[in-house]
Parts: sequence; structure tokens; C-alpha cells
Amino acid sequence: MILQKFLLRLMTMAVTLFGVAVVVFVVIRVAPGDPIAMMLPPGAGPEDIERLRALYGLDKSLPQQFVIWLGGVLQGDFGTSISLRQDVLSLVLGRLPATLELATLALLMALAIGGPLAILGARERGTAVEAGIDVAGGAALSIPDFLWGLLLILVFGVLAPIFEISGRVSPSLDLPFATQFYLVESILRLRFDLTADLLAHMFIPALALALPLAAIITLLLKQSLKEVMDLDYVVLARVKGFSETQVILREALKNAALPTLTLIGVQFTFLIGGTVIVERLFSYEGLGNMAIDAVINRDLPLIQGIVLVFALIFVLINLAVDLSYALLNPRLRHG
Amino acid sequence: MSWTPNRRHLLGYGAAAFGAAAFGLPVSARAAGDELTIAYNVNLPSWDPTTGPSAVNPTVQGFYQSVFDQFIAQKPDLAFAPGLITEWGWNDDRSKIHMTVREGVTWHDGSPFTAEDVVWSLERAAKPETGNPIQFVWSKIGNFSIDGSKITADVLSFEPTLFKWMSFLTGYVMPKAYYEKVGAEGFEAAPIGTGPYMVDKFERNAFLRLKANPNYWGGKPAFENVTIKFVTDAASRVAEVESGRSQVTLEIPYEEYDRLIAKDGLAGAATPISDIGMIFLNDIEVMTDRNVRQAAVMSIDKTLLVDRLLRGYGKPIDTLEAPEYAAFDDSIKTPYDPDKARELLKASGYSTDNPVKFKIQTTRGFKPKDYEMIQAIVGMWRKVGIEAEIEVYEIAKHFELRAADQLAPAAFYNWGNAIGDPTTSTGFAMYGPSPHSVWDGQDLIDMINPLWGEPDEEKRIAGWKAVSKHIAEEAYVIPLIQYVQPVVHAKNVNIVPHISGALLPALMTPA
Repeated sequence: MILQKFLLRLMTMAVTLFGVAVVVFVVIRVAPGDPIAMMLPPGAGPEDIERLRALYGLDKSLPQQFVIWLGGVLQGDFGTSISLRQDVLSLVLGRLPATLELATLALLMALAIGGPLAILGARERGTAVEAGIDVAGGAALSIPDFLWGLLLILVFGVLAPIFEISGRVSPSLDLPFATQFYLVESILRLRFDLTADLLAHMFIPALALALPLAAIITLLLKQSLKEVMDLDYVVLARVKGFSETQVILREALKNAALPTLTLIGVQFTFLIGGTVIVERLFSYEGLGNMAIDAVINRDLPLIQGIVLVFALIFVLINLAVDLSYALLNPRLRHG
Repeated sequence: MSWTPNRRHLLGYGAAAFGAAAFGLPVSARAAGDELTIAYNVNLPSWDPTTGPSAVNPTVQGFYQSVFDQFIAQKPDLAFAPGLITEWGWNDDRSKIHMTVREGVTWHDGSPFTAEDVVWSLERAAKPETGNPIQFVWSKIGNFSIDGSKITADVLSFEPTLFKWMSFLTGYVMPKAYYEKVGAEGFEAAPIGTGPYMVDKFERNAFLRLKANPNYWGGKPAFENVTIKFVTDAASRVAEVESGRSQVTLEIPYEEYDRLIAKDGLAGAATPISDIGMIFLNDIEVMTDRNVRQAAVMSIDKTLLVDRLLRGYGKPIDTLEAPEYAAFDDSIKTPYDPDKARELLKASGYSTDNPVKFKIQTTRGFKPKDYEMIQAIVGMWRKVGIEAEIEVYEIAKHFELRAADQLAPAAFYNWGNAIGDPTTSTGFAMYGPSPHSVWDGQDLIDMINPLWGEPDEEKRIAGWKAVSKHIAEEAYVIPLIQYVQPVVHAKNVNIVPHISGALLPALMTPA
């Protein structure tokens, strides 16, 4: 039964990805901006335009282009970037780890900030502390991540310059890494000097991404906790003599966390989407930063590759959330 | 002695790492002796300066010029100077060219630079299949022969600007033997040139680390190591230089430029560069009315735009030829005269009560104060009887519309011309058949046609000046300003601005 559901989900994923492929292929071709017009040098004539169109395969009809591209994708060939003149899949896979590490760090920071604040708010419900948490949460939520980025650059980059404000790692360092997962690999190799350098570069962009999510986690988890705090099993725990903090951590949190978990899955996909602007702001060499360049240059194969990979991440995260939700929720686990 | 990490070690290191991150690290890029860090405003997409879209992107030429040499060099004032070619010229009947190659030059891998490299680079550039966007120029010479350091070639089709192109887009000498050995991908991964700096490390979208070429024919650069950070966001570049992480940055808002250069330890250079701001007029709708065009030109107070919007950082211009260009003619003027503009509009039946209406397109944020400038111009026009509706579009849309000759009756754009030749400014911008032009008037085509192949340089330049005069009289385009490039730098670094707009680390020295 579970296997059947899993296979059904996989089929849905494939259909979703195909739909995304069709939409992105058509949309970026009907959107304003001709990549050939972008690269026309002074003095180019009509024959030069035709030559460049043929060179990049844009002289064929839209359906022909799509069939050629899709055929390539199914064989692992996402085409060649117009602006970077390199294999699209290699470029995208080369950048993906940087974005995943940044988004994961941001998620961990959001949990580290939002979780304790939610518990504190639930514990101190109805007091000035809870009101203060609500105000702070509202403020954090109302400021978009890129604006947080600018504010944090001003504070930690200029006024108290203790963190790095651009790039992923100090240019002067030699990196012994075999993969693009620099942070993970630095930890596994016990190169904590590099870990520290990477974290110093990632701290502000990750915090900018984390703050709005932390606010969401705080407000939602706090509300969920408050809802279960008066249920019988929680009251029973109090009667047993547990402290309020113990009641929350040992009894209330497990059930209250389920809606937050679902939300985190959805928000994580938004978090990855948010890296596009934040990576640009901090010159962080991730997929989002490359996506902006691709759009500016109307690099059609690269845009298609990036969007497909983003879409794949989104459906995988949704699948993971569904599976974890089923594991954590006994009612779903047992049908 | 072996060391086995245990839980306590890992926890200890983890805490140390987190502590270092939490409390911050010493800023690693502060000015230090022979180290220089520059926060650059653009990324470098690709390392081959002769193929693909980045080869014709003026903003990345500074990177290329740091690693590669051009056939012919260009001084900061745009004057041409010997590069890897020390002598060049035509024979009397313009049927052949001759070049002398610099001797004693080596590539970054230590191999000798030879005349074969020059010929291979030119032949490769001329082949359509290599994807050189300027192939239409390089294909005009062929049948090369080499005699020691001397090269001769046949002129297949006379191009008076051929040698100027040798200092311009795609005019770089590439390493024949190395490129053939490593191929395009290998070259992209480890590029070598003969330029003042060697590529030490390159992380796309992040940074470029350069090392001084000790054997550079022009003398070893002053800074041994140069780190160029690609910081595309202007606010981040301001923070980079203000916090001391970078010693030099460019292209920041003029307000920030004024604020930063007033700070201790920072200085600035604001120099006119070869980029201009202009408004294309398309010969459609009301723009076919000479009175409307002339009124549109006369009612713009360019000095006010520069003073109020650009804080004085710009120079009003009357033609598409900036003062540093070869065909600049100071006698051509398009004075601000709103009263005359009203008269002209009245003659065509327009007034403030019955304004002439058209659309003007502009980018927003692509160039400094582009949208604000158009807003101000629309305000000036309104006072004389012109009602223009502003449409904001992306620069990609502009290119597409311009190539298809579908721009609105008026459209703002900026035009760069680092070699200062009239063909690469007025010529391509105003010659109807060019995909860059939207003015298709036959009178202008007839004036320009003989100039493309004019062998007499004096006559050619005079011809272009006459074209500029005719354009100004007929108001076929609205030249606005010559841009000034703001560069902020630490006081312990001397910089030499290049009028092309390329910020070259080889021209920087410790103060």
C-alpha cells in the first residue's frame, strides 16, 4: 500500500516536472528579450544575426527546439550555456551545493531562533514576554529577506565589521575539497579553520534568510503549543508534578510540532527561492546568483536548467515532508 | 604520532568554529603591502575574450586586459600605442597590411610568444564557426605570411577601422600552441595570456585572484596579488570599501561617492568615460515631423539634468561624438531654447493645451538616474507642449526592439565607444540598415555609405563630422550626456582612470 502510494507520488513528480519543463520553455521564449539581440556587436548585419541564430539552435521552430532540448534532457544533456559556453548540467550541479548549504544553515538558524522563542512564548503566555515575542515576530516577518540583508550588511559589515559581506570563502585560502559541499566537507575533514571562514561568510546571508522564517516558526509553534497546553494529557503531566518547561518539552511539543513541520517543508522551498536575491546581494556563488545572470543575459538553456533543478528540489522536499509527516503522525502511518 | 578524533575533540573544534563565526574573523582583505582588493561591479562569465556574448560586453574588458594583451594597446586617454604589435600600417593602395610583432614576450606558461600566435588569432577570429562576434571585421584580411617578426596580409575588403578594432572588442592575441593543446574547455579552466597579470584562482560569480606577471614586457605591475571580488550590488560595494575589505570600487551612486570620499582614508576619481546617454528617435508617428524632433531636443536643459540629478558628474553633449572621440566637433551645438521649441511646435499645430503625444521608453536603474532623467525630461517637454508617456522596460527588451526596429518614437539608451571612432558610435547608431539603428532616413544612409570604406583618414573624419552636423540640424537623435565614472579608493592606493571605463589593476600603485 505504502509502496503503491510512493510510486504514485513518483509518477506525479514526473508529470509535474514535465509540466514545468513545458511552461518554462515556452514562457522564456515568449518573454521579452532576444538572446541574439543581446550579443549583437556594433556593425553586425542581418547575415550575422542569422549566423548567430543558427549557432545557438534558435533558427528552428519552437516545437523543434523543445523536442531537441527534451530529448537531450532525458539523456542527461541540458545543453550548453549561451553566456558561459559550458555544459548546463555541470554548471547547475556545481552551484547547487552552495545554495543547499546556505538554505540549510538558514533553516537551522530559523529553528534555533524560532523554536526556543515559541517555547518561551507558550510558557509565558498572556504576559509581556509573549507580547514582546509577538511584536518582534511581526516585525521580522514584515521585513523581506533582502532588506534584512541590507540592514545586516550595515550593522555587521560596516558599523561593526565582524562578518564577511561578500563571497562564500576567502579568496586567499586554498581549498582541498573534492566536492562543492564546502561546509560539510570542511567539517568531515576536520578543517575547522575553513569551517570558521565559511561560516563567517555565510552567517549574514543565512541570518537574512532565517529571520522571516524564524518569525513564522515562532508564531505558529507558539500557537500550536498554546492549543495543546490545556488538553487532558498535558494537564495530567502537570498533575504528575512536571515543571511547565518539562511539560512543554516532554508532552506538548511532540504533537504541537506537526503543523510546524509541514510548514517548514513548504517554507524551505520558499527559502531556496529567496536565496536568489540574497545570494546576489552577498555575491554568494550559488545557484540563485547564477540564475540572475542567466536571466539578464537571456541564457535560455541555463535558465531552463536552473528552473528544472529548482522544480526537482521543490517536489523532492514536498515528498520528504509528506513521508516524514506520515512517519510522525500515527493516524497517517496506520491509514 | 597518530591522532584519532574523539567526541570531545569534535565538540571542542565545533565550539571553536562556531565561536569564530559568531564573533567574526579578522577582515582578511585589508590593504597590505603588495595585496590589492577591488570590488568590481560585474561578473566575468567566460575567459575566452574572442568568442561568445561576453567578448562584446564592454564592462568585462578590464578583466581581459589584465590577463591578455591586445594586438594594439590603448592608453588611458584612448590614444593607441604599441602592444604585442609594435608597428602596423597599410601599403599605398590599401591592398595589403603589415605588422611587426614584439619580441622577447612570453606567455604565462613560459613559452615564447611568436608571430604565429598573432596570425593564428586573426585567422581564428575570422572563421564564422569559432563564434567571434566581430568576425565581420576580421574576415576582411587573409592570406597571411610571416617573415621573422614581420607579418603581411592581403586586404580582402578595405576596412579603415581595422587597426582600431585591434584595440577593441575581441582584439586579443591568444596562445596558439596552448589553446590547441588544452582546447576550449581547458582554456576556460586555466587561461593564459601575455598580460600584466596571471590568473591565480577564479571562482565564477565570486572572485578572481590575479598574480603579477614577473616577465611582463611592460614591466611587472606594482601589486603582487590582486583579488577582484564580483560584487554586483551597489550597496554591497559601498559597504566593501567603507569597511576596508576592498581598497577600490566603482560605479556606485553619486550620493554615496560624495559621502565616501569625504571620509578619512578614502579618496575618489570621477572621470568622464567613453559612454554616453542618448535618446533614440524612431522615424515613426510624430517623429517624422522635423518641428517635433527639434522641439524635443531644444526643450531639454542638459546642464540642469547634470547638476541636479547627477550632482555635476556628467557632461552635456550635442552629438553622439564625445570630446575624446576622433570626430568630435566642438562647433556643433544644440542649445537649450524652450521658447524656440514652443514656436516650432506651434508651427505644427501643437501647444501646451494641445500637446503632441508619443511614448518614450527607458530602463530603470540600468544606468545612473536613467529613469529619473527621463522623468525630468518629460517634465521639461510638458512645459513646451510635448506629452510623453513613459514606458519602463528591461535592457534585454530594448535590444530586442532595437534589432527589430520596433522601438517607441523615443527610447533612452547608453552607448559606449572605447576606440572613439565615429563608425562605432554615430555610424552604427544612426545608419538605417544597421540592427542598432532605428532611424532609417535615406538622406543619412546616402551620407554615411561612402564613409565606410573611405581610405583618406582626414576626409573620412571630416565626412563623419558633416554627418553629425546634419543629424544635429535635423534632430534625428537626442544626445544627452557623457557619463562620469565614480571610482572610490583607499588613500594608500593610486589609481589611473581609463577613459574606456575599464578599471585596470595594472595601472594602480601603492601611494
